[in-house]
Amino acid sequence: MSLFVHRSTESPQHAADWDARRVLIVNLRGIVGRAYPRIIGAKREPSWLLFEILLPFLTTSAFVFVYRALNAPQEFVGFVVLGGAMTAFWLNVMWMMAAQLYWERDQGNLELYFSAPVSMMSVLFGMAIGGLFMSCTRAAVVLIVGSVLYGVVFTVEQWGLLLAVFFLTLAALYGLGMVLASFFLLWGREAWHLTQLLQEPVYFVSGLNFPVARLGFVGALAVATIPLAVGLDAMRQLAFASSAATAGLLSPAAEALILVGMAVLFIGVARLMLGFIERRARHEGKLTMKGT
Amino acid sequence: MSATVQPAAIDARGVRREYKAKPKTVVALDGIDLRVEPGELFGLLGPNGAGKTTLIKILTTLLLPSAGTASVFGFDVARQTRQLRRIMNIVSGGEQSGYGLLQVREQLWMFSQFYGLGVREGWRRVDELVDAVGLQEQRQQKVSSLSTGQRQKLNLARGLLNDPWILFLDEPTLGLDVSAARSVRELVQGWQHAVTGRTILLTSHYMAEVEELCDRIAIVDRGRILAIGTPAELKRRVQRESLFQLEVDRLDGGPATLTRLPGVVSAVSPSAADAGTTSTRQTVVVNLVLEQDAALAGVVAALGSIGSSIVALRKSEPSLEDVFVELVGRGFEEREGEGATPEPTDRLEPPDKGQPPGQARPPDQGQPQDDSYVSSPPVEIAR
Repeated sequence: MSLFVHRSTESPQHAADWDARRVLIVNLRGIVGRAYPRIIGAKREPSWLLFEILLPFLTTSAFVFVYRALNAPQEFVGFVVLGGAMTAFWLNVMWMMAAQLYWERDQGNLELYFSAPVSMMSVLFGMAIGGLFMSCTRAAVVLIVGSVLYGVVFTVEQWGLLLAVFFLTLAALYGLGMVLASFFLLWGREAWHLTQLLQEPVYFVSGLNFPVARLGFVGALAVATIPLAVGLDAMRQLAFASSAATAGLLSPAAEALILVGMAVLFIGVARLMLGFIERRARHEGKLTMKGT
Repeated sequence: MSATVQPAAIDARGVRREYKAKPKTVVALDGIDLRVEPGELFGLLGPNGAGKTTLIKILTTLLLPSAGTASVFGFDVARQTRQLRRIMNIVSGGEQSGYGLLQVREQLWMFSQFYGLGVREGWRRVDELVDAVGLQEQRQQKVSSLSTGQRQKLNLARGLLNDPWILFLDEPTLGLDVSAARSVRELVQGWQHAVTGRTILLTSHYMAEVEELCDRIAIVDRGRILAIGTPAELKRRVQRESLFQLEVDRLDGGPATLTRLPGVVSAVSPSAADAGTTSTRQTVVVNLVLEQDAALAGVVAALGSIGSSIVALRKSEPSLEDVFVELVGRGFEEREGEGATPEPTDRLEPPDKGQPPGQARPPDQGQPQDDSYVSSPPVEIAR
């Protein structure tokens, strides 16, 4: 058999006739395929260890030393370490997820994704999972090294809820990343500037280094809109259950429900946005095409 | 036994595509009617901005036609995108898709996943294609370090991952050197001939490439198909007379001797440089224009009767460039600013420099065709 014959199908009609199971399998493989370069990239470019782990860890350490200098309760050091770990995901969502479709278009990949028999949602999920892999490594290093180095003691009473909140936070965060990815593609560099503009305010209102409840109404507003804020507020309460300093805006269970709502909302909106983008791309001939 | 009617590989009817632009809407395709049969290697030949890439974008579901309908193997490009995407693939010249940090094998495997190949199946398929396109030595090399030719072989391998029934090749040899371009052409032919029914739509502005590869060709300009046919048919459209270049050892009385023969329209001796002869012998070169090929017998007999021996005889054929010039009234490289369509995806090629209009050659075409016909007077053709 020739090297050029892989699968023999009777006819084009036969080759195009896929059942639901095959569609599902192709999309699952599409997720794996798109996650693959990120996972390989993490292995192949060790410089990310410096940029993704060491430098952010220095930032986290700076806050630790500030709290220590102020004789703040030891839990505050824990807040900083937890916040430093979660920062990894937020940065990944903003700079890798949100900007990715824009970059993919410039590389010419987006057209290939659109013309392949795989859903763009699978491609985005693949990006998210690949990004999660990298960010989890960074978060784990910050969490473990920070805890050991600075003597953080966690008092967890509801492990299940803590893990659930953590994964729900990631689902909502990466769902937001999917939505942002579509906006980046629609608005190009304008969206990029917007993200730059939002970066520090989001850090602030998310309470990465302090309990967000201290922000009062602004904090509540952040909880209502930013997955990182609500997720951190819940995780802080759950990870330092015995501390009076961890009083949250809402109970962890309530915040978990908010996260569920956010995840569903963002992923749903992302799906709608992708559909809109594809329709617009096909109508206007702009979005998927390089240099437009 | 009931015979099932196989739909056309491509069936486009009245396809029109407009782009909103300032100050006015640009018409990229202006009522394209095209039918390509399964198993054909069909070429779209036209200058930059002719609408070739726009048509490919429509047929590959990336663009919607502003008007008209198109289907590929019976699947409507506007409504049955899912089915169509399962049986097609597209490869563009100068494509930089994928991720530079991945190795060749890894990149192909990644793309194989978008077509649903299993993990092991994908690796096996990747290795087969890496061998087939001749990238064995580069299989562990990062994509970012590949040469342009290697990169294009990689792109072609990507396009074959899913065993498509129809492959769209948009300027596949763009920017390649002679050897790499030939290699890509051989791969394309080899792939198509391996299974009956595999269809290729190739766009190019390289005349010789299209002529060498394609069963049929459509000449496109400003969003319209000007002519469709086999290369020979298209050439015949512009060739009303037979042209020969004759080299004889001597010709007493000069070319005028031949002009008097029946069926001979003209017989002239070009200058040595124009004749292009490299012979060191003392010979006479004559450009003959005959009413038809049959008149050549009389010329040969007459030469014999006057004691002239034929050293060489060559038939001159019009090139596809000549066909284009006849149809459009200008050469490929004479792009007119007013009429050229700014296709967003025709992200291609610098014009060939240093060649007069109508004689442009792709960089990979080492063997120029006979240009004698270019200097012939224009011939009226029926459109």
